[in-house]
Amino acid sequence: MQIHIPTPLRAFTDKQATVSVEAATVTDALTALTTAFPAMQQHLFTPEGKLRSFVNVYLNDEDVRYLPAGEATATTANDELTIIPSIAGGSAFCCPCCCL
Amino acid sequence: MPATLDHPAALPTLSNEEIARYSRHLILPEVGMEGQQKLKAAKVLCVGTGGLGAPLALYLTAAGVGTIGLVDFDVVDESNLQRQIIHSQSTVGKLKVDSAEIMLKGLNKNVNVVKHNTMLTSANALEIFKEYDVIADGTDNFQTRYLVNDACVLTGKPNAYGSIFRFEGQASVFATEEGPCYRCLYPEPPPPGLVPSCAEGGVLGILPGLVGVIQATEVIKLILGIGEPLIGRLLLVDALGMNFRTLKLRKNPDCPVCGTHEIKELIDYDQFCGIAPPAAVGPLEVSSHGKVDASANIVDGIPQMSVEELKARRDAGTQPFVLDVREPHEYAIVNLGVPQIPLGSLEARISEIPVAKDAEIVLQCKSGARSQKASLALKAAGFTNVKNLAGGITAWADRIDTSLPKY
Repeated sequence: MQIHIPTPLRAFTDKQATVSVEAATVTDALTALTTAFPAMQQHLFTPEGKLRSFVNVYLNDEDVRYLPAGEATATTANDELTIIPSIAGGSAFCCPCCCL
Repeated sequence: MPATLDHPAALPTLSNEEIARYSRHLILPEVGMEGQQKLKAAKVLCVGTGGLGAPLALYLTAAGVGTIGLVDFDVVDESNLQRQIIHSQSTVGKLKVDSAEIMLKGLNKNVNVVKHNTMLTSANALEIFKEYDVIADGTDNFQTRYLVNDACVLTGKPNAYGSIFRFEGQASVFATEEGPCYRCLYPEPPPPGLVPSCAEGGVLGILPGLVGVIQATEVIKLILGIGEPLIGRLLLVDALGMNFRTLKLRKNPDCPVCGTHEIKELIDYDQFCGIAPPAAVGPLEVSSHGKVDASANIVDGIPQMSVEELKARRDAGTQPFVLDVREPHEYAIVNLGVPQIPLGSLEARISEIPVAKDAEIVLQCKSGARSQKASLALKAAGFTNVKNLAGGITAWADRIDTSLPKY
């Protein structure tokens, strides 16, 4: 299945916009992603291994948090996983730490 | 009625001049005379007159929205003009709200522009918002995003939301009665350390145009009560692939502001986002263009070197090893002729540093924040004499070699 990587996180996937993984569930897919790109781990998961609250993961157009089986939801090769990070940009800069 | 607004019982009439001006709306049955009158009666607040606020306010003004409020405390800078088309060459240096008013009044003399030349804060947001029907959030930082969201929920005003990053945008309509709010989607902001830094900054100039016009479209739909607003949907815009996708958003019953209503008043959003309010003097980029105070000479154990000191060392022939930690495309704009390893790959390339671990090393970036992070990384890797160039190459261009470009 395909995992769509948003621009801010492509720095950790060798600039790839989509990553193909073989996975039976959403959890498997995310594990395959962080195994292939270990730097993604800290951006997606807390040190306790929970998905960070400012990262949303969608299976096709549904928020994984609202699926009955959540991250254990079964996936097929035709499914698409999309990671949606929060972005704040609007006028000039992406973040408060930036060069005002 | 989440998708339509309450309108005053008696809508304002249109003059003959207005009828001629809005004829292409009047002959659209979905707008028509009544719709145009609703637009004339409507009051829309644009939070920010930057990349998103510029096309938003321009199109709303052209469309005949009667009252446009503008919140901005900034002044127009030349680097804004790459995307903020409400400002122009001739208004560089003017207050953004004044500059925007000139353009809007020039476009449509009938528009009533209300200028709020202030930073939106927890102290003034509710007072400002209550005068308007729709709020359009075109701000650029997480604190203001959460502030706008909460103030919209608390005042019951829909929020036409848009945000952008490099080549990507998001849009939605938040805080309607039945729909989700920004906090339902993002309960918490990312910690500052995980927010993309300057190295990944920048934005394609036309992208805010695209997203701002989507926000304007949603505002108009809300005022007219037509179509399907982006309530409960998040639109993702990818300008490079030119893909548009929508994802379903759910109202979170546990949302502290729109679900459980446990947040009843505005909070301290700097604290919520884990950000110290900009200090008057500090080593990091928020305040690095001025001189660095003596008390800030050591930050987190990293001595801060001033550009004057580095210049004196260069002149004396005792220049330490200086490493530029910016990205290659930034180095191509301007550099100090020193070696370069981007912050992101520093740890992997530490063996390339050609000096001993106890040698003096000065790290430099655009304005001092990334090089501070790099300094901490080198210190952690066992380098014992690491310093940060306070203010970076921007301070160098400001105070040492004014012939250098600043970006």
